[in-house]
Formats: sequence, C-alpha cells, structure tokens
Amino acid sequence: MRYSVDQEGFYGVFGGAFVPEMLYPNVEELQSEYLNIINDVDFQEEYDDLLKNYVGRPTPLYLAKRLSEKYKARIYLKREDLCHTGAHKVNNTIGQILIAQRLGKKRIIAETGAGQHGVATATVCALMGLECIVYMGAVDIKRQAPNVARMKMLGAEVRPATSGSQTLKDATNEAIRDWIGNPTDTHYIIGSVVGPHPYPDMVARLQAIISKEMRWQLHEAEGTELPERIVACVGGGSNAAGAFYHYLNEDSVGLVSVEAAGLGIHSGESAATSVLGTKGIIHGSRTLLMQDEDGQIIEPYSISAGLDYPGIGPMHAHLIDSGRAKAISITDKEALEAALMLSRIEGIIPALETAHALAALDKMSIKENELIIVNLSGRGDKDLAAYQTYLEGLNDG
Amino acid sequence: MSRLTDLFSKKQSDILNIYFTAGYPKLDDTERIILALDKAGADVIELGMPYSDPMADGPTIQESGSQALKNGMKLAVLFDQLKDVRTKTQIPLVLMGYFNQVMQFGEEQFFAKCMEVGIDGLILPDLPLEVFAREYKDMYKKYSLDSIFLMSPQSGEQRIKRVDELSTGFIYMVADASITGKQGEITKKQIEYFENVDKMGLKNPRLIGFGISDHQGYTTACNYANGAIIGSAFIRQLKQNPSNERITDFIYGIKGHHLIA
Repeated sequence: MRYSVDQEGFYGVFGGAFVPEMLYPNVEELQSEYLNIINDVDFQEEYDDLLKNYVGRPTPLYLAKRLSEKYKARIYLKREDLCHTGAHKVNNTIGQILIAQRLGKKRIIAETGAGQHGVATATVCALMGLECIVYMGAVDIKRQAPNVARMKMLGAEVRPATSGSQTLKDATNEAIRDWIGNPTDTHYIIGSVVGPHPYPDMVARLQAIISKEMRWQLHEAEGTELPERIVACVGGGSNAAGAFYHYLNEDSVGLVSVEAAGLGIHSGESAATSVLGTKGIIHGSRTLLMQDEDGQIIEPYSISAGLDYPGIGPMHAHLIDSGRAKAISITDKEALEAALMLSRIEGIIPALETAHALAALDKMSIKENELIIVNLSGRGDKDLAAYQTYLEGLNDG
Repeated sequence: MSRLTDLFSKKQSDILNIYFTAGYPKLDDTERIILALDKAGADVIELGMPYSDPMADGPTIQESGSQALKNGMKLAVLFDQLKDVRTKTQIPLVLMGYFNQVMQFGEEQFFAKCMEVGIDGLILPDLPLEVFAREYKDMYKKYSLDSIFLMSPQSGEQRIKRVDELSTGFIYMVADASITGKQGEITKKQIEYFENVDKMGLKNPRLIGFGISDHQGYTTACNYANGAIIGSAFIRQLKQNPSNERITDFIYGIKGHHLIA
C-alpha cells in the first residue's frame, strides 16, 4: 500500500490537515469516525443498495469500437456519465450523506465548480430530507446555468462566492468559512479528493467503486483485470482517484492524469497544476498548487469549470511526484475538438472535463492493440452552450 | 524577556491589541499606522500579512488584503518597511498570516527576518499545533519569536491545555464560532465559555478576539480575559478615514476615553 494515506493523513510529503483551530474539532471528529463508519456492515449495505438502485450502478464498461479503430487500440469507456445526475460525483455524495447521518448532522454544505457536485449534493439532501447550501463562484453560476437551475429544483440554496476569481477555489473558501461558523450541526461534503485529512482519503474510498467495477468488468470482457493504461481528467482529482484506486499497486497499469492547460500551459491562462504548481498549502492540504513566490495563490483558468482549480489532491501530487502517474495537459481547443469527435463517432456527448481525458489519447503514443480505459466521468448536457459556441465558430470559419 | 512577556508582567488587564493589514489602505501606511496606534494607546499591534485565500477571515479583512496586494505589498516589501521601526517604537509587534506564506518565503529565513526587524511573535492559524511542536518550536526559540495559538469555543479541555503548553506570549481566544468581522452582542453562552476557560488557570495570558468591535465588547472581553483584539472594526475605520486623528479617536472610543480626550 505504498500509495495510501498514513496515520496523519499524508501521502508522502503531501496531505495533512492545515486548518485553523476553529475547524480542528470538526476535522478531528471525521478523522476518528470515517473509517469506522465506512467499514461498518450497515453502512456498506445501505451504500451498496443506493448505488445499485438509485445511482444505477454498475455503470457499463463499454468497448468503444469506432474510437478503438481510430487509435488502433482497444479502448473501453467507463460510463460514469450514466450515473444518476450525470457524473461520478454522486458516488461520493451518497457515501458522505450516509456518514453525515451517522454523525447526527442536520445541515449539509458543499462547494461546486461545474455544478455537478452541487447537483449531486442537492440530490442526496433531497433524498434524505436534509437542508442543503451550495457555494458556487459567481462566474461559474453564469457559465453553468443549467446546473444552478437543477440545484434549485432539488431544493438547495445556491450561494454565490464573490471573492477572488469567483470560481471553485473561492466557493471552497466560502464553504470552509460556513463550516467554521456552524461547527456542530453541519457536515461539509467536499466534492473532490482535496481539503484537510480525512477528505482526500474518504472521497477516494467512496469513488473507488469505479475501479472496483472496472476490474471484474474488464475480466469478463478481456479475461484480464488489468488494462495497460487508465486515463482520467484531474481538477481536484476525484474521478481519477476512483478510477486509479484499485490499480495503484499494479505496476503494469499506467496511470494518466489529464490536466487543463486552458489557453496553453505558459499562456498565463491555465490550470495545469503539475507543471505550473509548487509545494504549498491550499484548503488545508499540503499539495502542488499554482502560486507566486510569496505563496499567493494564482487564479487558474480553464474553459471547464470542473478543472478550473489551482491545486490537485495530495494523492495525485504524490502519484505524479513519485512518477507513478504521468500528467498530460490539454488546452481548451483540444478538449472541444475531442468532445466533438466522441459525439460524432460514438454518439456520446461528454462533459468538458471528460473531453480533456479523451483529448489526451492523441498525445499518448498508443501501441497497436493497447488496452486502455478512459474514465468517462460525466455527460455534456451542462456544456451545450460552450459546444454550441464552438460549433458556430467552426461554421463561420 | 520578550516584549510581550514584559508587557503582560507589567499590565495584566485591559490590554488592547489592534489588528490591521500591512500595506492598507496605502502601501506605505504600515509604519505610520503602527506609530499612530502606539501613540494613541494600543498595547499590542497585530500586523496582517495580506493573503489571497485567508480561510479564517471575513470579507472586511479579505478585502483589505486584496487591496494591499494590489498596492504591491509583498513580504520583502513589508520587511523593508519595518527595518527601522524599532528605532521608533517598542510596542509589541505580532505578525499574522497563513502558513503557506511562511513556507514559500522559506521558514527559517522568515523567522530570521522577523527577528532582524523586531517582530515579537507569530499568529499562523493554519499551522497545526503538532506540526509546530515537531518541526518549528526550536526555530521559534532560536529567533526569539513567541508562538501564539488560537483556542475556540469548540476546543475541548485537553486541547486547550495543549494550546497553553505550546503557546508563549499570549493565547488568542476566539470569541465565537465564526470568521473574523462578525458583528453582534456577546451571548450568554460565550460568557460561559470565557468563565470556564478563566477557571482553568492557564499559564498564558489570554486576549479575546473575533467579533469584538466596540467599547462594550472590549469591556466584556477585559472582564473575562487580559484584554481584547480588534481587527475588522479598525479596518472599517481605516477604509472610512485612515488619518492619525481618526485612529486616535478610534482607540479612545474603544477604551472609553471619549470624555477625557
């Protein structure tokens, strides 16, 4: 278990819980309880039942024939886009709402970037009858209007984060401040493998269902549980953490983490943390993040709200730093092209985040017949406005 | 003896600690405001190092930090602004900021620089107690820096004892479950918490901060601890009018010296 978290919440030098004293009791409560709860039989039965009957798991592992032909490989798509609410995010929110209930919490807060985690949180709060407040950057509220409407339909209150760049990192700051102000009755459902320990490990465990299914599904289809490479996009990194989890100690399986390069890695408008980031602390975790020489956090940029984050989860920082995972950066334009490509050859419109993972196939020097799994983390309905603009641009050009 | 220890050995009550953000409202205001506060009767100054993502602070302090950063404030600039301050005042000066700033500057270089310009202590709310104990305690000592930690109403008894054990100078007693700048009256529940901590017989003096904004709050804090810390209310004053006269009026107002002033 070289890549799992240690007692104090570190992955190598990354991780930990760098939080103000006001948050210490909240974080400590979770640290001491989360494993007991997750390993409890009663929790597992309820979690498994909801994943099967409510979320619609297992999600298919689909051999994408025309995509495979294009790359002369065997490419499987893990269809997380077919989860209820349209992305992998709900695996985590189902788990965390069950944890929150067992901790006796009455009020749920969350941050969201693209809105997928906000929708997934609003959904499970409706399911369990708990109050739900979602913090979302004011900029993201504008560019992800359909998800804002869905959250409201589900009964959640969407509070705009108006500080800083008004995107995911600022929404996270606001959610943390809410938690400081409401320490006893509130559970904070973080949507990614970021934040203070135990969040990175807790969220990774709740997303690990993705790779658990991949193993038996691939065995059924190909007679082996091990692909040659797994490709996933990384903002904070929750879908990648889930897709990698049960393969971390399988050295023959290559792990590809795909980041958003925005307008280009060195354009000044990017979110490619593994290239542009240095060691520091963001949202209570020591990890790689984009910052200046004074430690001021640099406002990132990506067309994809879900990847528009200046850090990555500490587990991913460790995987990349140790050479276990390889990072590839994809620009806005490459992601848009890949989204169109998949739509036209497989009839699947992916989320903009996921489109980054698909675009990475072009940069991977794929061997003939290589067995690859791409984690198709979400569907593209929420991004139709961006896709429409892109299509109109193509037609005009 | 550190300037903080010295202060608390001479004066155990009614300590007024004023927070302001370095480089706010104008980049070069730092030293002027320090001297004006000293002259007006503040006992301790907590100088904020502006940060892009101040997790424990409310909108007032975050905005002042954003403005200071826009003004061009950097740690190197701040240390330069402070290089002669000890020829002009002996008021205890404490730096407050986030641990990432210290990490990026280089921890030991940062501590050394603090000692060089005459900083007396550090408040780094997101530096975990145990990380401090393991990695930095000896360095603080080497550079004669007091380690000021926070306690909150949610801190349990064992935790408070650990905070007391690792703190020097004073303990920052967070008044309420909140970020900085929240306004409103001090509640009965808060008073209970103040009283309970008071009975614990901690070795360090305590200053109460977060949500203390006026004479009444200051008086209450002084009744249950050694004094109070005021930040957001002072930032609001600086935003409205940062002149030395208004700074003096503000301090007199907090202390209740209106009539004799």
